[in-house]
Amino acid sequence: MSGRDEAGLREALVASLQEVAPELDPVALRADRPLRQQLDIDSFDFLRVLEALQRRTGIEVPEAAYPAFDTLDGALTWLLAQV
Amino acid sequence: MDFTLPSLGADMESATFVQWLVEPGQRVARGQPVCVVETQKGAIEVEIWQSGTVRELFATPGASLPVGAVLARLEADAEVESPPATPPVAGAPLVSIAPNVVTGVPFARGDSAGEPARPRASPSARRRAAELGLDLAGLAGTGPGGVVSLADVERAAGAPAPAALPVSGPQAMRAAIAAAMTRSKREIPHYYLGHHIRVDRALDWMEHHNRSCPLEERLLFAAVCLRAVALALREVPELNGHHVDGAFRPGEGIHVGVAVALRGGGLIAPGIRDVDRLSMGALMSRLKDLLGRARDGQLRSSELTSPTITVTSLGELGVDTVYGVIHPPQVAIVGLGRVAPQPWVAAGQVIAARVMHTTLSADHRVSDGLRGARFLAHLDALLQDPEAL
Repeated sequence: MSGRDEAGLREALVASLQEVAPELDPVALRADRPLRQQLDIDSFDFLRVLEALQRRTGIEVPEAAYPAFDTLDGALTWLLAQV
Repeated sequence: MDFTLPSLGADMESATFVQWLVEPGQRVARGQPVCVVETQKGAIEVEIWQSGTVRELFATPGASLPVGAVLARLEADAEVESPPATPPVAGAPLVSIAPNVVTGVPFARGDSAGEPARPRASPSARRRAAELGLDLAGLAGTGPGGVVSLADVERAAGAPAPAALPVSGPQAMRAAIAAAMTRSKREIPHYYLGHHIRVDRALDWMEHHNRSCPLEERLLFAAVCLRAVALALREVPELNGHHVDGAFRPGEGIHVGVAVALRGGGLIAPGIRDVDRLSMGALMSRLKDLLGRARDGQLRSSELTSPTITVTSLGELGVDTVYGVIHPPQVAIVGLGRVAPQPWVAAGQVIAARVMHTTLSADHRVSDGLRGARFLAHLDALLQDPEAL
């Protein structure tokens, strides 16, 4: 399980995204742009990302928090508020 | 008995053998995956349709094999020689030899009795011979067991055999899609219907469910729609089945193919069996399992040949409407568009409602617009009563 500080959560999030989108380049990923478009992920992929994230961090993302996961920045902010 | 390489789609000619999952002397049960082959649609686990004991394995990794090639010899259990418990329609063992039904090609097996004697030929050979007006019975087959191959037909016609297509990879996938869709547009007189369905109730119900349950039990709207499609098909069975050898064979169950876009490009539509008989939770689990394996290239042969209808959902990519091209030998495809808020008139008032444009492309050889309209109306009604799904 990754660390629960910002770097650890970011690492867990990127690794979860990479499980579903293996071609993801963390350097090219824009943290302030919609993830779904950048990575071409649909709602099924998104569910798989959340399952991977739960496995890696123990944090379960409720459906109400989905809007925060539009961008990497938004997701990190939400995750940090949980720890 | 011989275990042969089945056709895993109307336009599959050959495959590259990858590996055995069983050993000589091992007992195998009907439906068990016994080997892996690489096809135009990726790596596929091939299931066996007869219980018995493996005697000899012939296929070796890396070998390129035509459809119908003998992969292994099996000592079949005596009792499986009897017909399946639920005899499928028209005496065609749709489940046990689904690949045969898909292609209409009797392979070397003992259970095709009752069908008229036909020369054994690959699907593309049969099609090409028909195009050229050649009688297959007059051709010498050079394939395994004397099967007439496409090359045999081309030779007989005096035409040069086309260059062999790559067996796997993106180019092969594109070729497979092109072949199936060209055949569809050539053979199937499509008609198209569209219907706007208000989905507020279904979405509210799903969102309420998802709020109160753990991540792994959450539903996707696609699962809700699949269930509604399957139930609506019970009312209009002429949209569910295969059109083979000039006749419609109703599906012996409602096996819904789900069009899946692959990350490397390309499209595949593996099926979930008996969707109308699965609970919503069970359907969601199957869907997740299927989508995951489709994207990882771990599908099973029966999943490619069993679907009796396909659902395609391009709505997530932002298009309002998708009119699908029917996947032969199926006779209909349902298209689910984007769910978007739209002005809607309810009880004389204009309100904002969440609406999905739903389409049906269906085969006019089997059904008419009236029946197609009935299906869409029924689908609409089911989505207005999500608790009952």
